[in-house]
Amino acid sequence: MGQPPGTRAGGAEVRRRRRRRGRGRWAAAGGVVLAAAVLAGCGAEAAGPPTLNFYTPADGATQYAEAAKDCTTAANGRYTIAQQTLPKGADDQRLQLARRLVAGDTAVDIVGIDVTWTAEFAKAGWLEKFPPAVRSQVEQGTLAGPLETGTYQGDLWAAPLNTNTQILWYRKDLAPTPPTTWDEMIQMSEALHQKGLPSYIEVQGAQYEGLTVWFNTLVNSAGSQIVDENGKVLIAEQPGSGDAEEAATIMKRVASSPASDPSLSVAKENDGRLAMEAGTAAFQINYPFVYASINTPPPDGGGGGTFIDEQGKPAATDTGRQVVDEFAWAPYPSVNPGEPAKVTIGGLNLGVSSTSLHKDLAFEAVQCLRNRENQLRNAVDGGVPPTLEALYSDPSFQQEYPAWQAIKESLDNASVRPKTPAYQSISIVISDLLNPPAEIDPAAVPAELADQIVRAQNSEGLVP
Amino acid sequence: MSIDSGALAASTTQQTEQQGGAHRKGKPALSEGKKAERRLGLLLCAPAAIIMVAVTAYPIVYAVWLSFQRYDLRFPADRAFAGFANYAAVLTSEYWWRAFLVTMIITIVSVAIEFVLGLALALVMHRTIVGRGLTRTVVLIPYGIVTVVAAFSWQFAWTPDKGYLAAMLPEGAAPLTGQVSAILLIILAEVWKTTPFMALLLMAGLALVPDDLLKAAQVDGAGPWQRLTRIILPMMKPAILVALLFRTLDAFRVFDNIYILTQGSNGTGSVSMLGYDNLFKAFNLGIGSAISVLIFIAVALIAFLFIKIFGAAAPGSDEGKR
Repeated sequence: MGQPPGTRAGGAEVRRRRRRRGRGRWAAAGGVVLAAAVLAGCGAEAAGPPTLNFYTPADGATQYAEAAKDCTTAANGRYTIAQQTLPKGADDQRLQLARRLVAGDTAVDIVGIDVTWTAEFAKAGWLEKFPPAVRSQVEQGTLAGPLETGTYQGDLWAAPLNTNTQILWYRKDLAPTPPTTWDEMIQMSEALHQKGLPSYIEVQGAQYEGLTVWFNTLVNSAGSQIVDENGKVLIAEQPGSGDAEEAATIMKRVASSPASDPSLSVAKENDGRLAMEAGTAAFQINYPFVYASINTPPPDGGGGGTFIDEQGKPAATDTGRQVVDEFAWAPYPSVNPGEPAKVTIGGLNLGVSSTSLHKDLAFEAVQCLRNRENQLRNAVDGGVPPTLEALYSDPSFQQEYPAWQAIKESLDNASVRPKTPAYQSISIVISDLLNPPAEIDPAAVPAELADQIVRAQNSEGLVP
Repeated sequence: MSIDSGALAASTTQQTEQQGGAHRKGKPALSEGKKAERRLGLLLCAPAAIIMVAVTAYPIVYAVWLSFQRYDLRFPADRAFAGFANYAAVLTSEYWWRAFLVTMIITIVSVAIEFVLGLALALVMHRTIVGRGLTRTVVLIPYGIVTVVAAFSWQFAWTPDKGYLAAMLPEGAAPLTGQVSAILLIILAEVWKTTPFMALLLMAGLALVPDDLLKAAQVDGAGPWQRLTRIILPMMKPAILVALLFRTLDAFRVFDNIYILTQGSNGTGSVSMLGYDNLFKAFNLGIGSAISVLIFIAVALIAFLFIKIFGAAAPGSDEGKR
């Protein structure tokens, strides 16, 4: 490049220039095509009925797309719902939605958001408040727990579509009567261990959202909350700090007992399922998918689990008896004897984006997308429990979810995760502080956690 | 964006230094033709300069501006000027220092191993007579593989029940879940990936060593080790410094391998991971930008120290000698 053009061999230079000019022409042509495509894209929106973009997580996208199709048909030409798939990971979904909404993307109309994002999305102004008329329709026949996850500071911001809850899954050969409290379960597990039998209590101990869910359930079951809706940290003072300490003590006992699974500190939902199917676990705290899984043939499921011998230990040979033959369920163990546990619920809610150009139609579409047929399809094909109470007495639902009574009971006593816009940061801080569970210092947990939560809410602290 | 800005800025610093050197040599008295030519030159440079300002200077300045604010995407109404509060929060946080320590360990250990292996590879490639092209191509393959893809294959290889490497470990071992073992595996992935780059830069340095000198030394009775430490290494000092500087700056910003292998869990997060998490998980633009700016400062400091300590041989400092 440094040489002036004249010093080079003339012919070669001319050729090179020609080639360069040719490339420029191609680039220009490409630019024109691109511009035309962009213009066409803009123009297409004006004609025909408005398209409502419905953003959903990747899991269950097939069912959501079918619902979008059915609701488009039901709308009779007034609007079209286009289902758009977000990434598989919850963090990535949240990031993509936040990025679009902060930038004011008008092509986002209906969003499927995790139950933990309601406060955050509402406070940031990304969601449209449900108008009173729509709200009363959503409230009709919807379970109270899931409905609670869609409200923030007295308003409804998202309508519950699916829910999810944990119950206790156990081996009835090892525990003829299921434990009703954590204390009982730990004692039973230790007794099994002394007899040399499978003794693991499987629960989510890895450093992630699942660990926060476990802690939240225990704190709520003990009678407190981590944070109230106005951001007040309730575990900073009595009785909240006592309950948080009790919750942390239970977690530490589960993880440090000689009967515990050595890899509990990295265990997520699927690891618990696998340990149960492999015959090493006696108890498991998990979501209803484990039932479907153990009854599904490999490679997708556990195929009934491993063979077990007369004592209940996993066997290498065909004993004619499998884990699935002893697989049973019971309500989530409580903290205070006699009081039911308050299990943290999950699930997906539908909100209307504040950037949408067709909010009224979007609210209408939301009601269609969460109607009975669509919820039943999500439950049966997608494996996520519905939020309409009536479906729990539906025979086709009961057939798919034999544990429906325990699930329903768990949902009726549900607790929700801290309803604060800073939930995500709080959750990261909690899971960092409580992992590995075996090394928790229960006495120090309440104060340390309260300090971190206050800082997270003031946007002053870092997340690890 | 802001995570990469550190590197971009570092390279621009170098460029401006080099350009600065060239400028000083220009004479003030210019003929009309020269002036016109210079004006044309500036005009031709302008589009590139404007684009550089738009894509590098603007984001950096904006990140610095954000770092002085309390700005959380979740609380848009609470946006306010915060002075150095974000920096105070970061620098007093144990998370920052934990990440900083992990980053330093990864940087120092991986660059040291890469240098030794890279030098060995460079010597082999330099001396190869048969199949020279093939050897060089084979050595370069890891560097040609996309980091994320390579990281995914490492992750699979080390995952119990799935991976062939995990299968060689004792039953029940999950190396990616322990802090020390996971950091070692991150270093391994980094070394595997970037040793070829180091070897390539060092090989260029080896070409600077005259064969006559080595032969003369041999005649004088210098053994292979003496020839390496007394002749080859001092002669290729500039190349070594370029290689070490580039790799240190790169290693300090390690992100891809950690993001895939451990997601920063179990205390394996680097400073870049910390910045990412605070920006994109906590949506805290103020704190996140403060972390990015601190990474940028750290990178600039590393570059500065390299040039100060290694003096004349370092890139960008040669104009001072002339």
